[in-house]
Amino acid sequence: MKAFAYARPSTTDEAIATFSSSSGAKFLGGGTNLIDLMKMGVEQPSTLIDITRLPLATIEEHAGGIRIGAMVRNSTVAEHPLVRDRYPVLSQAILAGASPQLRNMATIGGNLMQRTRCSYFYDPTYAHCNKRLPGSGCDAIDGYNRMHAILGASDQCIATNPGDMAVALMALDARIQVLGPQGPRSRLAGDFFRLPGDTPNIDTNLRPGELITAVDLPPIDWATGGHYLKVRDRNSYAFALISVAAVVGLDSNGSIRRAQLALGGVAHMPWRVPDAERVLIGQTPGDGAFRDVAEALLKGAKPYAHNRFKVELVRRSIARALEAASTRA
Amino acid sequence: MNVASLSAGIAATVPLAEAQTVPSASEIVDCAITVNGREYALTLDPRITLLDLLRERLHLTGAKKGCDHGQCGACTVLSGGTRINSCLSLAVTHNGDFITTIEGLARNGDLHPLQAAFIEHDGFQCGYCTPGQICSAAGLLNEVRGRAKPLDDAEIRERMSGNICRCGAYPNIVAAIKAVRGRVAG
Repeated sequence: MKAFAYARPSTTDEAIATFSSSSGAKFLGGGTNLIDLMKMGVEQPSTLIDITRLPLATIEEHAGGIRIGAMVRNSTVAEHPLVRDRYPVLSQAILAGASPQLRNMATIGGNLMQRTRCSYFYDPTYAHCNKRLPGSGCDAIDGYNRMHAILGASDQCIATNPGDMAVALMALDARIQVLGPQGPRSRLAGDFFRLPGDTPNIDTNLRPGELITAVDLPPIDWATGGHYLKVRDRNSYAFALISVAAVVGLDSNGSIRRAQLALGGVAHMPWRVPDAERVLIGQTPGDGAFRDVAEALLKGAKPYAHNRFKVELVRRSIARALEAASTRA
Repeated sequence: MNVASLSAGIAATVPLAEAQTVPSASEIVDCAITVNGREYALTLDPRITLLDLLRERLHLTGAKKGCDHGQCGACTVLSGGTRINSCLSLAVTHNGDFITTIEGLARNGDLHPLQAAFIEHDGFQCGYCTPGQICSAAGLLNEVRGRAKPLDDAEIRERMSGNICRCGAYPNIVAAIKAVRGRVAG
């Protein structure tokens, strides 16, 4: 691991000032991804700014919804009564990720910043990775790309976002609160992540020096009809091949009143197409409607040599997740 | 960093690439960590993981370095009673924390109930993953303490999924945890 300076600020302002005064600094949350990437030599920060002791670790009711501080641990969010009761899809998504030990370490803010598990990115012995070395090429496109994207990729990068929590936050229209040198601002989850385009080295739309301070869940009372389905190679402790976060609200006559869903494991960001969701409105939950929304979400899908199975897996996973969410709605 | 900024005597004898990894004095961090009830005043290179601190400096070699990437759980210890992977945790981030390793679970010479149960139920073969398994199980029992819902085999397996046993002692590990949970939950 390359040497770095270690800073332990006690306020958010101090953390942001420390970042501004050093080039190549990184904020350190639970470290479950960043420390690993530093061991691999993929990340080489000049300064690590330990933000785990900042006063950003509360969960509280806020504007009719819930505000989760960026330094709350994943396990705490998943087990919190407000989250479990009102936004079960988020609790399920977090518990589907990693292991109990890692969830005890990982923070909500850090989890949003985790990087792809594309093996060509993660292992510097591969020469070509535009995400790790801009302009070097992409070994995944013609390589073993079973885990890779089928939607929204570019000829520069076909990596996927590995997150589970992020998929649920996308489906819930969560808002990410940040504080930067220019003050506070916020972005919807859908505007926080980005597609790779010509700059796959940039994962999110955070500006340099901005610190995630909180995640806000919106004041919706129908998210109780939620389900997170994760399809993976083993039953636990594995990254998703495909995941679906589905939230469904039904009318009194049993037809779909509201539906929001996002896919994991298919793109550089959690994949959501609000126009596709409208296909479901007014429909009776069932295979016909579920197939239609899957086709709308898969529009433009481009599989690679080893991940063609993902297209059909998306169709089936969407149907199962929507069925489960509808049952709970 | 350039050669001139390095401490005297290093640049002369160590190749540049190596020398650059040696932190300057300003990068050493003072830290106080309590491990198994004993407080240590430490001066640490911030790169040292909690696992390496335990094994290499404090000579507590119970926690194992299996994968060193948070994938196997052999390094599991408790921080404030919460189970974590010590291999992915920098020691300096634990300033003021209370760490418990497998060496700290026994009380006055009596094995921790989980240690006794792992022996009784033959919850291991080679033993390499066992300290991590037992610390993880101790964390698990803390997580479900006071809960009315019984802990069935499927939930124990899911909650222990962060600890890999390549000998495949899983059925006996589950039995050991279940036995202790049954006793403490009444």
